Amino acid sequence: MSGTPRVVLVDDHGLFRSGVRSELGRQVEVIGEADDVQPAIDLIASVQPDVVLLDVHLPGGGGQAVIQAIKPVCPSVRFLALSASDAPEDVIAVIRAGARGYVTKTISTAELADAIKRVAAGDAVFSHRLAGFVLDAFASGSSGSSGSDVKPSFDPELDQLTSREREVLRLIAQGYTYKEIARELYISVKTVESHVSSVLRKLQLSSRHQLTRWATERRLA
Amino acid sequence: MMEGVEDPARWQRGGDQFGPWGHRHRGPFWLRRRGDGGPLRRDQADRLVGGVASGVAAWRGINVTTVRIVFVLIALVSGGFFVPFYVVGWLLIPAAGEDTNIASRARSDSAGIALAAGLATLLALVLLVGGVFNDGWFAGWAWPQTVTVAGLALIWRNASPDEQATLRRLVEPLSAAGVGPGRGRPGRRSVIRVALAGLLVVVGAGWLASAKESLALLRPLGGVVLVIAGIVVLLGPWWLRIARDLVLERQAKVRAEERADISAQVHDSVLQTLALIQRRADDPQKVVWLARMQERELRSWLFEGRAPGEAEADVTFAGGVRQIQQDVEARYGVPVEAVTVGDCELDENLNALMAAAREATVNAAKWSGAGVISLFAEVEPDSVSIVVRDRGKGFDPSSVPADRKGLAESVHGRMVRRGGTADVVSAEGEGTKVTLRMARPAAAPARSGGAS
Repeated sequence: MSGTPRVVLVDDHGLFRSGVRSELGRQVEVIGEADDVQPAIDLIASVQPDVVLLDVHLPGGGGQAVIQAIKPVCPSVRFLALSASDAPEDVIAVIRAGARGYVTKTISTAELADAIKRVAAGDAVFSHRLAGFVLDAFASGSSGSSGSDVKPSFDPELDQLTSREREVLRLIAQGYTYKEIARELYISVKTVESHVSSVLRKLQLSSRHQLTRWATERRLA
Repeated sequence: MMEGVEDPARWQRGGDQFGPWGHRHRGPFWLRRRGDGGPLRRDQADRLVGGVASGVAAWRGINVTTVRIVFVLIALVSGGFFVPFYVVGWLLIPAAGEDTNIASRARSDSAGIALAAGLATLLALVLLVGGVFNDGWFAGWAWPQTVTVAGLALIWRNASPDEQATLRRLVEPLSAAGVGPGRGRPGRRSVIRVALAGLLVVVGAGWLASAKESLALLRPLGGVVLVIAGIVVLLGPWWLRIARDLVLERQAKVRAEERADISAQVHDSVLQTLALIQRRADDPQKVVWLARMQERELRSWLFEGRAPGEAEADVTFAGGVRQIQQDVEARYGVPVEAVTVGDCELDENLNALMAAAREATVNAAKWSGAGVISLFAEVEPDSVSIVVRDRGKGFDPSSVPADRKGLAESVHGRMVRRGGTADVVSAEGEGTKVTLRMARPAAAPARSGGAS
């Protein structure tokens, strides 16, 4: 990825869009805005941005509807989900639909710009809260959200986090940056990135934990 | 009902008649009334027919169902004579939220009276003309009809929109019998239905008429059955619709109440906070603090269903972490990012862990100067750990001044006494990280559901 990433903002709050747009300033190139699912799909298909900054909550069907419509058409477009709610089922749903990362709306401008660049480069971005959810969902010892009717997976690899991945997630949940994680664990930043990408892949593909259901129940718990 | 005009202060006095055992209906009869402290009003919100029973129930402080059962029993015992009284009650008792009843409104509605009189004369004329061809019929049938129509017109004009809807439902089958449930389009099915119903009624009635002469014992029964079947076929869908409408009405009411609840919450807390934020716009730290307080309050209300200020019923590990977060944010104005993985019940050891974690967090808030403190808590099958981390100025652990023994004593000491560990990593300019760990008894099961 060369130069500044080209970004489309999708959020139904005009105030938030203009705020992000002015704050990101020259760090990224904002090439379009949309406020709902259908306009967003049309816009993204026509301008083909590097990254779509996508609100999880949209009036016309939510963020995952945009991802599902765009994925088959423009697989190169990457999505960074953004939400004020932090409700696990929203987050998990949008990640499983194909978003490369998730951050909260309270994120600082510098961190947001960094997250966008990371996603543009093909990496995954986890907020500390998402890291907490993933650790909770893949908690060792407990199999599945409520246990009994868990289908056996075809690929057991996908259903477990390696101990290294858990360590990385723990540090993310403690607010560490990738660079700090690399120093703490004596590994390279690239390795940290690959661990996080691998966790993202498991999160998107794993069936054992029936994550969507876990997330829904998690909210009711 | 007769006593509806008594001094309202008396109802209120009656309202406190709880006996020493908490029974409401103690004491002399006239003090027994509890009610809602107001005059008698029909309760439109909780009505089956006209709201008279629920109005009486609310007024006298009796269970609505009891009143309804009594009403029905009276109606049955009196052979239906109670029904007109109910209607008169409906006319004379104002609906809740209104000051006048239908009868008094009708009395002062001169245009309505004129209309009713006009209608009555018109109808009388038509019936008179009809009566010429059918002598004797008019006198027996038509006068009551004329009076009824005129009265209904008057009532209709003066009923509230709500009650007009009820009345409309009552007269609907006459106009809708040919239309059927699929409003507006008389489909084939409804034509067949009406034809079938007509046939059943005619055959049944014919059977009844003929049975009168033959006097056979079983045959009138067959006629009755046929007539009833005809009526059911004709009116059944309409009855079903009434039942369905009632259910829908209830659901709509529940939704409206929920909405009111939400808007009250938004008004009480969110708008208030927004107003405060505007007034404190020159103090960024205060603004952040207010915003975070509000955010947490709204979140716990939205996602955990807890009203603001409502304490958690039983504090678990995750709840304890949340409390540390709240208290530190409220007292020191420093944001605390808390992430909890898993949850479990608190025991003595975990209470010590909590106290140590609180101490470490307060320490970070007071001394580190960091803009945000991160609090990470994880329940694992064999241990529970809490990491308190800040990116503040940090310190050299080997040169801790004597007045800052707080960390060593209350954090380290607390943990070690209970068999846990406390690990402090800090360096000048690089922040501080306190890792607390406490082993768990193997039997205690982990409980999912704690990330906050």
